[in-house]
Amino acid sequence: MEVFLQTLAAGILKGGLYSLIGIGMSLIMGVMGIINLAHGQLMMVAMYITFVCSHYFAIDPYVSLFITMPSLFFLGVTIQKYLLNPLIEADTILPENQVLMTVGIAMVLTEIARFIFSSDYKSVTTSYSNSTFFIKNISISIPLTVAFCIAVSFTIFIYFFLLKTDVGRSIRATAQDREAALLMGVDSKKITAITFGIGSALVATAGTLLMPVYYLFPDIGSPFTRKAFVITIIGGLGSTVGAILGGLTLGIAESFGATYVGMAYDDMIGLIIFIIVLIYLPGGFKHWTKI
Amino acid sequence: MLNSYIFSKILKQNIKTKLFIFLIFIFFPFIVNNSYYQHLMILVMMWIVIGSGWNVIAGYTGQVSFGDAAFFGTGAYTAGLLSHQLNISPWWGMAFGGITAMVIALPFGWICFRLKGAYFALATLALNEVMRHVATLWESLTDGMVGILIMQSFVSKIPYYYIALSLAVFSVFSVSYIMNTKWGYYFVSIREDQDAAESLGINTHLYKMISLNIAAFLTGMAGALYMNYMGFIDPEVVFSLHDISIMAILVGIVGGVGTIYGPVVGAFVMVAVQEIIRTGFFGILQEVARLIEIEFIDTIIKYIMQAHVMVFGILVVLVILYLPNGIVGDYGKIKQIFSKK
Repeated sequence: MEVFLQTLAAGILKGGLYSLIGIGMSLIMGVMGIINLAHGQLMMVAMYITFVCSHYFAIDPYVSLFITMPSLFFLGVTIQKYLLNPLIEADTILPENQVLMTVGIAMVLTEIARFIFSSDYKSVTTSYSNSTFFIKNISISIPLTVAFCIAVSFTIFIYFFLLKTDVGRSIRATAQDREAALLMGVDSKKITAITFGIGSALVATAGTLLMPVYYLFPDIGSPFTRKAFVITIIGGLGSTVGAILGGLTLGIAESFGATYVGMAYDDMIGLIIFIIVLIYLPGGFKHWTKI
Repeated sequence: MLNSYIFSKILKQNIKTKLFIFLIFIFFPFIVNNSYYQHLMILVMMWIVIGSGWNVIAGYTGQVSFGDAAFFGTGAYTAGLLSHQLNISPWWGMAFGGITAMVIALPFGWICFRLKGAYFALATLALNEVMRHVATLWESLTDGMVGILIMQSFVSKIPYYYIALSLAVFSVFSVSYIMNTKWGYYFVSIREDQDAAESLGINTHLYKMISLNIAAFLTGMAGALYMNYMGFIDPEVVFSLHDISIMAILVGIVGGVGTIYGPVVGAFVMVAVQEIIRTGFFGILQEVARLIEIEFIDTIIKYIMQAHVMVFGILVVLVILYLPNGIVGDYGKIKQIFSKK
């Protein structure tokens, strides 16, 4: 019974972090229909910025949240404005050029990181990296709990942002029908750039929060991009609540897979759930939550 | 199906340029004796096959697949396992590799074709990863991460070159042939507007599956060729998302989607660009830098050679920004740029 509860706790905490990664991508995919294969790489950039802040300027990772989020927001807006926006209007046979563009961007970001920092494994150790607290014999890691709480609060924040503010409503309008939004006076290009920026800022949060408990090397982006896809598809494109549910599902499934089936199988379990959801529940959890 | 009218139509177009290029290819290994360049040409031939296969399912039928490595790896593992477990010569794997890949394509298509656009691409990506995990974890069959090692049949590269060349010619020719039949028109109609095609009575499910099988067959044969040529494979190499699937897409897009010779040009460009950047134009740039004796240029060239993947990535970004239809597709644009000067 204890093993079960421990696995469940670890899964929920991991899931909270995953959902942060997932919300960013879900927003980008929902609004622009672009598969952003550079998502994990953006997270890597945020993690490197955190590393630099901690290593050279002795800034605590949680404080550097205030640095990474704005810088990734600007990076995202720049990428969208100069590299991705021109592709939306281009006249091509296949609309999938944007995906390839993100692949190119991912490659360039990874190699720039490798160029500056070399391929060594780096890490940030803080006083609380390994601390845990206990609930009745189940150990729960403190940094992951903090990450979980921040993730949940951001999700609620984004939910109300999309629902109540003007910019949020413009984002939802562009997502539903780009041309009608243009007719209604919404500057689609600017909104698309802002959405990419918000998505990047969210994934920057995930990266910074993950830094105390994970190690860092330039190729760390790809597994996280894959997990972000799985979460986005399970949760449904553009749905924030769906992204949380998707993240939790993936975290719990991976946890149980690793404990009860075998360490090597945790990736497989996520992929199998992904395929099952694709076949039997197209549109993801959005079907049930309707947000 | 075998229609002599279509044969003659394909052969008559641009017959002189085709013959010229074909002759260059045939005599190439005798002109250039350096085994490094022969290796590069064999890779180019292999990528022509994979690119043509991808072009059928993505360029002509409009379903952009991110999972071609699944077929490549299946073909490679078929050839490898036939030799490893059953002691049959791996050259049989060339035929069986394609057929096994077609067998894999059936559930692949069944799962993925009910989705469209972005979802389809993600599903193929996921299935690619599943195949990679299956190959890694099913150790009793595939020896897992250890990979498969076989003895190569020939020492020199020249026989491999001719086999690869014939495979490439076969694939380009068969794609060109199929696109001129009714099937070709069905595929393009599915790409342009699937619902309209369905409402006209075209069985889109059947033709999407046929198109995927053609792509799987060609890619599977390329995989078996890889196994025979390299002698060693393991799951990370042949099922690799980045090195095989995405490279296939790049070959198709840089060359030109939906064109016959797009993959040929794309394969050349991709392999050439990678190797030129990595070796600094095969060492020529370094000689030039030494002659000029400006240290600044020397260090810049050294940095570019070290960061060759980054330069490659930047090139990909630029090509997609300015030549979205590929080199062959946007040939008009290229001619315009040069004629304005």
